Amino acid sequence: MSSTGPVAPDVGRNGQLIRIDHLVRTYVLGEVEVHALRGVSLAVSKGEFVAIMGASGSGKSTFMNIMGCLDKPTKGSYVLEDIDVSKLSRDELAHIRNEKIGFVFQGFNLLSRTSAIENVELPLLYSSVSTGERHRRAIEALQMVGLEDRAHHFPNQLSGGQMQRVAIARALVNDPSIVLADEPTGNLDSRTSVEVMGIFQQLNDKGITIILVTHEPDIAQFAKRHIVFRDGKIRMDKANLTPRKAAEVLRDLPVIDDDDEEEA
Amino acid sequence: MKILNIVLSAFRALHRNKMRSFLTMLGIIIGVAAVIAMLAIGQGAEYSVEQQITALGTNVLIVLPGSQNTSGLRQAAGTMTNLTEEDAQAIMHECPAVSLLSPGTRSGGQIIAGNLNWAAGIEGTGPDYLEIRKWGIEYGEFYTEQDVKGAAKVCVLGKTVADNLFPESSPVGQNVRIRNVPFKVIGVLTKKGQNAMGQDQDDVVLAPYTTVTRRLTWYPYLRQILVSATSPANIPVAQKQITELLRMRHKIAPYDSDDFTIRNQADLASAATATTEILTILLASIASVSLLVGGIGIMNIMLVSVTERTREIGIRMSVGARGRDILTQFLIEALVLSLLGGITGIILGVGGSTAISAFAKWPTIITAFSIVLSFGFSIAIGIFFGFYPARKAAMLNPIDALRYE
Repeated sequence: MSSTGPVAPDVGRNGQLIRIDHLVRTYVLGEVEVHALRGVSLAVSKGEFVAIMGASGSGKSTFMNIMGCLDKPTKGSYVLEDIDVSKLSRDELAHIRNEKIGFVFQGFNLLSRTSAIENVELPLLYSSVSTGERHRRAIEALQMVGLEDRAHHFPNQLSGGQMQRVAIARALVNDPSIVLADEPTGNLDSRTSVEVMGIFQQLNDKGITIILVTHEPDIAQFAKRHIVFRDGKIRMDKANLTPRKAAEVLRDLPVIDDDDEEEA
Repeated sequence: MKILNIVLSAFRALHRNKMRSFLTMLGIIIGVAAVIAMLAIGQGAEYSVEQQITALGTNVLIVLPGSQNTSGLRQAAGTMTNLTEEDAQAIMHECPAVSLLSPGTRSGGQIIAGNLNWAAGIEGTGPDYLEIRKWGIEYGEFYTEQDVKGAAKVCVLGKTVADNLFPESSPVGQNVRIRNVPFKVIGVLTKKGQNAMGQDQDDVVLAPYTTVTRRLTWYPYLRQILVSATSPANIPVAQKQITELLRMRHKIAPYDSDDFTIRNQADLASAATATTEILTILLASIASVSLLVGGIGIMNIMLVSVTERTREIGIRMSVGARGRDILTQFLIEALVLSLLGGITGIILGVGGSTAISAFAKWPTIITAFSIVLSFGFSIAIGIFFGFYPARKAAMLNPIDALRYE
C-alpha cells in the first residue's frame, strides 16, 4: 500500500484510529513558501506500531506535530477517533492533547527540579482528576516502565534511559489513544535504545497504539509498519512482517556497563 | 488545573530562585513600607494639628466688623467701624445659643517694667475671655466685671511676656508701663504654646477692653467679639442668631450683604487640617512611586522568567495545558511575589512607624485604611504588572516553545 492518494476504502472503519486525508502544510517564511507537506493521506488502526522514517526536511516532523495536535494543517483533514481535529481551536487542541495523545521526545523534556512522579502527574493536573487518583495513576504508569522505586528522584539523579522511561510513563498516564514518540532514542546509547524500544514493544503488546519517528533504520526495525517520507509526501508504506524483538536483541548484546545505568 | 495546585507550584517556582524572588519582592516591600510609614507620619501630623485647634476652644465664634468699602475699593475684613459695645450686649442677651461673650479690641506697643522692655500685642477683652479660650491663670488672678466696668488699669501677662520682663521676680503686684500708661500686673497666664499657624500665643498682654479703648487706642469701636456657643453642635445656630440680630441692629436691607463677618474655629480647623492632608497626600504619592517601581521590577523578572522557562511552557502545553492555564500560572506567581512583598512591607512599615514614634517622638498614626490601601495596591500591582508577561507566556506556540534552547 504505497499511497499518496485517498485511503483505500477497504480499511475497516471500526478499528480505525486515525484517518488523514490530503494533508497539506505550507509555512510562509518571509516571502518564501515552504511546502512541508504536499498532500499526505494515511490511516492508522488501533494497536499498530508505526515507524515514520525520512531524512531531515522530508516533512516527518511537521507531520508528527500535526498528528500530535501541536500544529494545524493548511489543508486536508485529520480525524482522530471520529473527531475532525483539523478544525479545532487552540484550547480544544490542548484538550485533545491532554486526553488522547502521549508525547515522548528526543530530549526527554522533563521538568527539571521536579520529581519523577510529579513529572508523570503533570498531564493529570490539566484534567479533572482528584489528587489521590492522580497519584495512584502516576504510580501505575511508573510501574509500567519499571521505575516505581525512582518515583521521588529528580531528573538530574536519573540516567538518560531512566529519564526517557519517566517521559514514557508521563505519556501513558492519561491513558491516551496514541503515543507519539519523536526520535525517542536519539540521545541514548545503543543498549539503552534497545531497552526503550523494548518498553514500547511491551506497551504495544498490551494494545497501545505507537507512532514512532526515527531516522535510524535499526530502531525502525522494532516497529510493525514502516512509512517513509520524502519531500513532503509518503514514498513508502509497508508492513514489517519480521520486527526485531527487543528482548532477544538485548540478550545477544555484549554485557557492558550493565550496572552503570542503575548507579548513574 | 486547580487553584491550590497552581499556588503550590507558584511557591515552588519562586523557591527555586530564592535570591531573585527576594530581590524582586524588595521593591514591593520598600514601596509598601514607605506608603504605610508616610501615611502614618502624615496622619500623625494631622492629628496633632487637630489637637492644637481643639485646644483653642471648639465652639468659639469670632464676630468681626465688615470690610470698608471706599468708592468700590474693598478693604480687609474688620476694617469697618460698626461693631459696638451695644452690639456685644445685645448678642449676649438676645441670642440663646450664646453662652459666653467677650468684646475685644487690640493694641500693641512697648511694655516697660523697671529697666527691661518688651514689645507685645495687647488684647482688650471681657472677663469671660479665658473661659471662652479655655485658658487659665498660673498665678495671680484675672480681672473682673468690676474692673471692666471701671476701666481699671490692670493687666494679665502671657507667659512669654512675663518671662521677658520679670526674669527673676514674680510679676504679680508689680507695675508695667504700656505707652506711658501704668498698669498693675494682677496675674500671669498659663503657657499655651504655638497656635496652628506657628504664632506664640503667650506673647500677649490681656487688659480690660474698656481700659484699652479709653487709655490706649482711643478707638471707640470693637475689633472683634469673641463668642462661645452653648455647644459645638449649636455653632451654626448661634451663627444664625447673631447674623439675624446684627442685620436688624445695623438696619441692613434684605437684599444687602452683611456688614460684619462671623468666623468659627471649625473653619480654621478645616483649613489647617487641609494643609496637613495635602502633606499626607504628597508623602504618600512619593512613596507610591517606589511601589510603582517595585511593580515594574516584578514585570521585568516575570518576563525573564517566561523566557527562561519557555521549554517548561512548551512541555506543559504539549501535555494539555491551555493558554489560560499558563496565564493563570504566571499571573499567580506574580501575585504571590507582590502579596508576599506587600505583607512583609506592611509589617516593616508598621514597625518603622512605631520606631519613628518611639525614637523621634514624632506622632504617627497607623490606620486600617493605610494597611488595606497598600495591601490592595500590591495585589493590583501584581495583577497589572504580571499580566503582560503571563499573556506573553500563554500566547507561545507549543512547537516553538518545545524547541526553545
